[in-house]
Amino acid sequence: MSRKLYTLFSLILVAAFALAACGSPTAAPSAPSADQPAQPAATQAPASGGDAPAPENKVTVTWWHISTAEDHKAVWQKLADEYMAAHPNVTIEISVLENEAFKTKLTTVMQSGNPPDIFQSWGGGVMNEYAKAGLLKDITADLDADGGAWRNTFSPGALGVYALDGKNYGVPWDMGMVGFWYNKELFAQAGITTPPATWDELLDAVKALKAAGITPIALGEGDKWPGHFWFGYLATRICGAEGFQKAAARTGSFTDPCFVEAANKLLELNALEPFQEGYLGATYGDQATAVGNGKAAMELMGQWAPAVQKDNSEDKQGLGDKLGFFAFPAVPGGAGDPNDAFGGGNGFAVGKNASPEAVDFLKYLTRAESQVQLAEINVAIPVVKGGEAGLADPLMITLQQTLSKAQYFQLYYDQALPPAVGSVVNDSIQGVFAGTLTPEQAMQAIEDSAAQEIK
Amino acid sequence: MQSLPAIPNILKLKPGTGMPRRFQDNLMIFLFLLPAIVLFLLFVVYPIFQSIYYSMFNWKGFGPAVDFVGLNNFKNILSDRVFMIALRNGFLIIGLSLFVQLPLSLMLAVLVGRDLPGRVFFRTIFFLPYVLSEVIAALMWLFILNPDPDRGFINAVIVLFGGTPQAWLGNTNLVLISIFAALTWKYFGYHMLLFMTGLQNIPSEIEEAGRVDGANAFQNFFFITLPLLASTIRTSVYISVLGSLQQFILVWIMSKGGPVNASETMATYMYRFGFVRFQLGYGSAVAIYMFLLCLIFSLIYLHFTRKPDYLSGLEG
Repeated sequence: MSRKLYTLFSLILVAAFALAACGSPTAAPSAPSADQPAQPAATQAPASGGDAPAPENKVTVTWWHISTAEDHKAVWQKLADEYMAAHPNVTIEISVLENEAFKTKLTTVMQSGNPPDIFQSWGGGVMNEYAKAGLLKDITADLDADGGAWRNTFSPGALGVYALDGKNYGVPWDMGMVGFWYNKELFAQAGITTPPATWDELLDAVKALKAAGITPIALGEGDKWPGHFWFGYLATRICGAEGFQKAAARTGSFTDPCFVEAANKLLELNALEPFQEGYLGATYGDQATAVGNGKAAMELMGQWAPAVQKDNSEDKQGLGDKLGFFAFPAVPGGAGDPNDAFGGGNGFAVGKNASPEAVDFLKYLTRAESQVQLAEINVAIPVVKGGEAGLADPLMITLQQTLSKAQYFQLYYDQALPPAVGSVVNDSIQGVFAGTLTPEQAMQAIEDSAAQEIK
Repeated sequence: MQSLPAIPNILKLKPGTGMPRRFQDNLMIFLFLLPAIVLFLLFVVYPIFQSIYYSMFNWKGFGPAVDFVGLNNFKNILSDRVFMIALRNGFLIIGLSLFVQLPLSLMLAVLVGRDLPGRVFFRTIFFLPYVLSEVIAALMWLFILNPDPDRGFINAVIVLFGGTPQAWLGNTNLVLISIFAALTWKYFGYHMLLFMTGLQNIPSEIEEAGRVDGANAFQNFFFITLPLLASTIRTSVYISVLGSLQQFILVWIMSKGGPVNASETMATYMYRFGFVRFQLGYGSAVAIYMFLLCLIFSLIYLHFTRKPDYLSGLEG
C-alpha cells in the first residue's frame, strides 16, 4: 500500500514539474505590487514643483538601451559622460541589453513594479499597457514647458507614437518607415524602367518579373510580422487614417468593408504567386538573405533592411549600388493619402520613479546635436529638426524625405494595438496568405479580439 | 573497546521499544528532507496554486489581478479551434513517437547492443544528437530543411535526383512531419540507451536456452527478449508521452507553431497566449489543462503498469 502511495506521489511530482516549467514565469508578481501605488505620487510631487533641482542632491539615473552595435553604444556612452561632466551630482547607470534579453528583463521588472528611469520603447500598444498600469511617468508638462520648447523640436507624428490620450510617456529618437527595397538590376532585366506608383503597376511588375524567371518578392511569413506590413499598408491606403483610428478607438470596426478590401488585395497579389518557395515557413532572416543575395527582386521592409541584407548576404556586401527604394504604391479610390507612411521607430520611455534629472537628461539625449551624431553613423532617421544634417547614405536621405512628406504616420498595427490584438492581426494575416482564412473571417477575428481587449 | 557496551543497547531497543525508535527515524528523515520540501513547496507547489488562481482572471501580468472571470478561460479554451489543433497535434506526436520512434530505437539498440563490429562507434554516433541542446538541434534542422535548394541539404539532395524541392516548414501538410523527423533524430539515441541498459540486464542464458530449444532469432526476440524488456519499454513510453505533451523548444524555433497553427502544440499555444499576447490568465488556464492531462496519463499509466512491474523484472 505505502509503496503504491510513494509511486503515485512521485508521479505527481513529475507532472508537477511539468506544470511548474510552464507556470513559474507567471509567478513573479506578488506582494510588492500591492503597496506600489503610494510611490509615484511621492516621486512626482517634486517633478511638478520646480524644474531646477537643487544642485547638491546626489541623483542616480538608470538607463536601459538596446543599442549593442559598438559605434552606437559609444555615442550613447559619450552623451552620458558629457551630461555627467556638466552635472556632477548626477550619476547615469547604463545597462546595455540585447533586444530579446531586454524584453524579458523589462517584463520582469515591470511585473515587480520597478521600471528603470529611462528605457527603450517602441511606443504604441505595449507602452500603453505599461502606462495604464501606472508604471510610466507623464512627461507632458516637461514637453510643454517654456511654450513647448522641447515639444516643438520633434516631428509631431513621431512624438505622437509615445502618447496615450494626449499624454506623453516617452519621446522618439528614431522614426523610419516601411517601403520597397528593390534590386535595380533585376527590375531592368524584367524590363521595368520606373518603380511602380500604383497597386496595379505593382501587380504588373510582379507579372513581368515572373515572366523573366525572377522571384518577384521575398517574404518571411513564418515570422508573421513581415506579412502584416503588406496588410497594414494596404489598409492605410484604403481606409485612411480615420478608418484605423476609429476601429482602434472602438467607434469603428475592423469588419469595415475597407479592411476586407485590403485583405482581398492581398489575395489578388498572392494569386500571382509572387513569393519565394516556402515563404509561409520562412523567417525574416530568409527574406533578407534572398534579397541580399539577389535571389528575389524586392521586399517590403523597414529602414533597417539594407543593413540586414548586407549582414545576411553571402559576400557581406549586400546589393550596394544596385539597391533602390520606392514608397508603397497608391491604391486608387482609397481614402488614404498616397504619401501617408506606415512604420515605426525607436524611443525612450520614462519609468514612474524617474527624477526630474532623468527627464532633463532625456532632453539632452534628444537635442539636434545628439541626433546628428546618431544619423552620422547611420543608426537612426532623425526625428528632431536639424538632425537630418547628419544623414549621408543617399537611400536614407530618400527615405527621410519620403517620410517628411507624410501627412499621417501609421504605427505598425502590431505595435499600435494592444499586444493581444496585434498578435491576432499577425496570426490572421498569415491565415489569409495561407488561404485558411477568408478576408472576412480574418477581419472578424481581429474585430473580436479588439472588442474584447480595447475598453 | 568502548563501543562494545553499545551493542546490547541497540539489541534491546529494537524489539522492545519500537515507538521512540521509529519516531527518531522519522524525525531524521523529515529533517533531511526539509530543505528539499521547502524548495519544492516554494518553487513548485506555490506557483501551481498561483497558476490556478490566475487562471480565473483576465490578467495581463501587470499589477494585481482584478478582472475575475471565473471558469470562462477554461470554457473559451475548449471552444478554441486552435487549441483543438494543438491537442490533436499532441496526440499525433505521441502516436508517432510510440509507433515510429520507439521501435526504431529498439531496433538500433538490438543492433548496437550485440557483437556488431564498430558498435561502440555507432553507439556514440547515435547518442550524439541527444547531447546537443534542443535550440542547436532546432537551428541545425532549420538549415537542413531550408526550402531553397542552394541552401537546404534535403532539397539539394532531392534536386540532385531530379525531384521537386519541398517547403518542409512552409507547407501546412508537411510541417508536423518535418518537425517530428527532427524530434526523432534528437531523442532516439536516448531511448536507444534505455533499451540497451534493459538488454544488458537480460541474462544471455535465457536466450541461449531458447536457441537450444530450437527457437529461431525471430522467435527468440519476440517471445524472450521483448517480454523481458517490458519494464524498460514502459519507462520509455512514459517519458516519451510526457515529453510529447510538453514539446515546445524545437517546435517554437522551427515553426513557431505555424504556418497558421499547423504545428501548434499545447506548450506553444500556452506560450502564445501567456507571453506573446500578454493574456497570462488564459495562459495559466492552458497550463492547468496540460497539468491535468499529464496527471491523468500518469494515473492511467500507474494503474496499468503496477502489477506487471512486481511480477516480471528479473532485476528483482
